[in-house]
Amino acid sequence: MTQLYHFHGGVHPPTHKNQSTRSPIATPPLPSKLVIPFHQHVGSMAKPLVQAGDYVFKGQLIGMPEDGLSSAIHASTSGTITEIGMQVVAHASGLPDLCATLIPDGNEAWIERERHNPITLPIDEIRHILRLAGIVGLGGAVFPSDAKLRGGKHHVRTIVLNGAECEPYITCDDMLMRQRARDIVRGGDIIRRVLGADEVLIGIEDNKPQAIAMMQEACVDRSSMRVIAVPTLYPGGGAKQLIRVLTGIEVAAGVRSTDKGVQCFNVATAYSIYRAVAFSEPLLSRIVTVTGNVQKPQNFEVLIGTPVDELVAWAGGKPDTTHHIMGGPMMGVALPNDQVSVVKACNCIIAASDALFPPAPPAMPCIRCTRCAEVCPQELQPQDLYWFAKSKNFGKAQEFHLFDCIECGACSYVCPSHIPLVQYYRFAKSEIWARDNDKKAADQARERHEFREYRIEREKQEKADKLAAKEKAALAAKQAAPVSDDAQQKIQAAMALAKQQAITPKNVSDLTPQQQAEIADIEARRANSQARAQSDAGT
Amino acid sequence: MFYSPFIRKPISVSQIMLRVMLALIPAIGAYLYYFGPIILVSLTLASITAVATEAAMLKLRKRPVAPFLQDNSALLTAWLIALSIPALAPWWLVVVGTVFAIVIAKQLYGGLGNNPFNPAMIAYAVLIISFPTHMTHWLTPAMLVHADLGFAGQLAYMFGDVLPQNMTLDAVTMATPLDTLKTQLHLGTAISSIFGQPIFGALAGHGSEMVAVGFLVGGVYLWATSIISWHLPVAYLGTLFMIASIFNAIDPAHYAPPLFHLFSGAAMMGAFFILTDPVTSPTTHKGKLIFAAGAAFLTYVIRVFGGFPDGMAFATLLMNICVPLIDLYTQPKVFGKKEQAR
Repeated sequence: MTQLYHFHGGVHPPTHKNQSTRSPIATPPLPSKLVIPFHQHVGSMAKPLVQAGDYVFKGQLIGMPEDGLSSAIHASTSGTITEIGMQVVAHASGLPDLCATLIPDGNEAWIERERHNPITLPIDEIRHILRLAGIVGLGGAVFPSDAKLRGGKHHVRTIVLNGAECEPYITCDDMLMRQRARDIVRGGDIIRRVLGADEVLIGIEDNKPQAIAMMQEACVDRSSMRVIAVPTLYPGGGAKQLIRVLTGIEVAAGVRSTDKGVQCFNVATAYSIYRAVAFSEPLLSRIVTVTGNVQKPQNFEVLIGTPVDELVAWAGGKPDTTHHIMGGPMMGVALPNDQVSVVKACNCIIAASDALFPPAPPAMPCIRCTRCAEVCPQELQPQDLYWFAKSKNFGKAQEFHLFDCIECGACSYVCPSHIPLVQYYRFAKSEIWARDNDKKAADQARERHEFREYRIEREKQEKADKLAAKEKAALAAKQAAPVSDDAQQKIQAAMALAKQQAITPKNVSDLTPQQQAEIADIEARRANSQARAQSDAGT
Repeated sequence: MFYSPFIRKPISVSQIMLRVMLALIPAIGAYLYYFGPIILVSLTLASITAVATEAAMLKLRKRPVAPFLQDNSALLTAWLIALSIPALAPWWLVVVGTVFAIVIAKQLYGGLGNNPFNPAMIAYAVLIISFPTHMTHWLTPAMLVHADLGFAGQLAYMFGDVLPQNMTLDAVTMATPLDTLKTQLHLGTAISSIFGQPIFGALAGHGSEMVAVGFLVGGVYLWATSIISWHLPVAYLGTLFMIASIFNAIDPAHYAPPLFHLFSGAAMMGAFFILTDPVTSPTTHKGKLIFAAGAAFLTYVIRVFGGFPDGMAFATLLMNICVPLIDLYTQPKVFGKKEQAR
């Protein structure tokens, strides 16, 4: 038996997982349309490559990853792009984003695909393939996988494959592990090879015995890969918590797990990595649990872009559904409407009704009972953070580690005063971010202003230098011209004129060669000083 | 409800308060058995006063009345007040205490969750300073009673301030064991002979020691059902036990044995029902230990060297003052940041 570690707190909400694991993963018919957002991942939005009216093949790249952190977007099936425009997307913000609308032609006509041997394929090539295949973390974080496979300064010793799936209702990873264990394990092989890791630990909560058995069977011939049953305890499937339970390592907020020698991937991500590398299959679909207030809760292999209302209809959505939740009941977001489409982050759609999720009773004052602190997996003092967030004492909130909060919702879940604690923390965080942005903007403006002041001062200085040089030249000319009063008068008159017109004096016609040489010397020096001033200005 | 989490554990402030009241029942039972039914009268009187005062204050403060009355916190305060003052007292004593607790100690600070001091202990402190004689009229336990006032007689005294002819208050009440100990020690009597007096039982005072056992039983129930954590009661009783043991070991003739301190006065009630008031105690584990140990130390000092027979109330209030400071300096290290902070 492997030694398991313990993380602080945690809660045991009713799991409600059984209803959606009774039948295998189903493939629904093609939806009437697909709405595919160009920004489904962490990082920059993919650059659209198609226009309305274009015909696209299944798997065709329609959104090119931008430089840096970004990922690709593909046509989930073959058909015609009818619109590129702003539409409301499935995201906590509820704001519209750029989407491609695709009307399927029903042919499922694929682009050309190649088969690769993941064992011999160069590692750089693998990262490139994953980037262009739009592979992102499917546990909900949607972080581009190619970026996670770049490693860090430190050697990654351990890969954690996250099959814990601690959120109630969600069973997509459970079903994937039951039905496609081999491909997950092969994905684990690729990850291990790319990062040069020593071992792969597959953490699965002990309420999924079938998934554990299938995964164990799939990696039985791999000495470096182990399936470990972890206690069922929410949020044991949080990356930090699972890493802690499996390795004893605590990855603090703001620290990369690779700096501690660990990298964590969701099992569904591992599966997609294998499909992308071995079969050139981009991320076109994902397993989605459709459950809650539906007649037949089930898991579906859903094309990215499928409208939620069509998806829920296949599971038999009941008429008294009030809204839909994307994700689980602990951390999920209420969708702005049911016309939004399934995105890569969408692991579960719960049809909500007042019977399933009764509205919270009115919030009472905090009585400092610290039930929240007892369950906080990040070992924070939620009652203090609540107090600071409520009084808008954001500095204190940061001092009390507000940004270590992973928003798992365990504190709100146990609060006897029914205070929406996580909402207070989200509010405080967004206020701090907004203020930070304001401060940055102000700093920039100040810097710009200061530079402008400096520039004006510098130009003034340059002008003064020029003038000084001119006067010096004039003085030298005057001293070097004992020729005649007439000549001196001429020079003086010319100088005055030049001063008036601010042009270089050119009255060098009746000077001796000696004088001319002296003047040339001065001119050269002036040119020199001008050049210096200019080069100063340039720096 | 559009923000996660969409589910909640079925628990409420009102249920928690109710559970704590439920846990008071063993002690009330012991009280009933040894001192008669008059305690039920003072419990009822305090309850009615507390609810009426709370409602009036909420109305004045323009707060919703119904949800706050349903939180049961006023009722719990009322019960704790009734249990901490003599049951055979004029009706206005418990009323004054309860009104003061609800109006001054709780609502004027902002109501539930905002009071820095334990309201029941504020009530006790106000009463013992303002009406010291009335606060010494503790009923004599049933087995020691020479002159039985009877329930009707008790009611007549409580509401009409009349006693039957040929009966004095001293005949039906007595000094508490802590009080007796203090007076006798002043007179130079040794502990061994003081404890030979009939009012002393196996652990502490006859009757009152069983009420303390009742509080202990209720407290264990609260711990077992996770309403309270072990930190406060264990640190309080442990520290009190230790200090009393040390003094008792040094000079057994002048310092009472530790168990006497644990089962006398308000120690047991305080450990499980007063210090554990979450609003007025620290939130961190370490802070709870410091808070309770400090309260135990002060209790002992006041009992043994101070002017009052018991020190629980003042010890609690003094430690209540320190709570923000204790919390600030006992912040635990958060996840992943333990080794770097040295």
